[in-house]
Amino acid sequence: MSNAIHLHYDVSGEDFTRAGEASGAVKKTLKKLGYNSDAIRRVAIAMYEAEINMVIHADGGFVDIDIYPDRVEVLLSDHGPGIPDVEKAMQEGFSTAPDNVRTLGFGAGMGLPNIKKYTDDMRIETTIGVGTNLYLTVIVNQP
Amino acid sequence: MIVKDVLDILEGEIICEGDLDQEIKTACGSDMMSDVLAFVKDQSVLLTGLVNPQVVRTAEMMDMACIVFVRGKMPDESIIKLAETRGITLIKTRFRMFTACGLLYTNGLSGGTKV
Repeated sequence: MSNAIHLHYDVSGEDFTRAGEASGAVKKTLKKLGYNSDAIRRVAIAMYEAEINMVIHADGGFVDIDIYPDRVEVLLSDHGPGIPDVEKAMQEGFSTAPDNVRTLGFGAGMGLPNIKKYTDDMRIETTIGVGTNLYLTVIVNQP
Repeated sequence: MIVKDVLDILEGEIICEGDLDQEIKTACGSDMMSDVLAFVKDQSVLLTGLVNPQVVRTAEMMDMACIVFVRGKMPDESIIKLAETRGITLIKTRFRMFTACGLLYTNGLSGGTKV
């Protein structure tokens, strides 16, 4: 579709305090475009959890967002260690995050389950030692 | 209940002032941000003992109007700045988490979800 609005953000893996900047920016853009607040929240939360994952596990990466009238597509791509067992990673409560992440309020094993819950489609492409691509789609109402 | 009521009930102190007249319908008390993100509720207040910028970002993603820091915890300048740009009210209360939640609950605020 040619009428998509494309956004791109690099996610720094060095600064945990900045994780969420891209999600916040996308949220703002969607608000400006007039999408309904429920859909915006679903995009923002799913993307935010994914962004946090990227910083915790993969030393950052990049996010590509395509905004269509009826849906928002997000690709989060990293060159991290990959996910050895995707099925396990999808279970609520399963986490491989280091302890220091827990003191920051994350690492409870809710990231991927939350992302799945808030998106209409979620696809993971992951290769050990190469990285992970996470594709998300959220269906939205016409603005 | 409005943000101002939360401030009064918790005998709190404003650290960053957003819209004090904004209506609050539900509340969530947690130090785990992923648990907060798991339950979308509209017009909520977040009570937490966690003090880092991700608390503000979580509130931002959830469209929360107000964050209450329990046990007298004071957020640093970077957190306050972030909340300012997002229009989120920050309140500090000397009450501990359990008491702060209990006070809001007995004053009519609910968790917003059936068990």
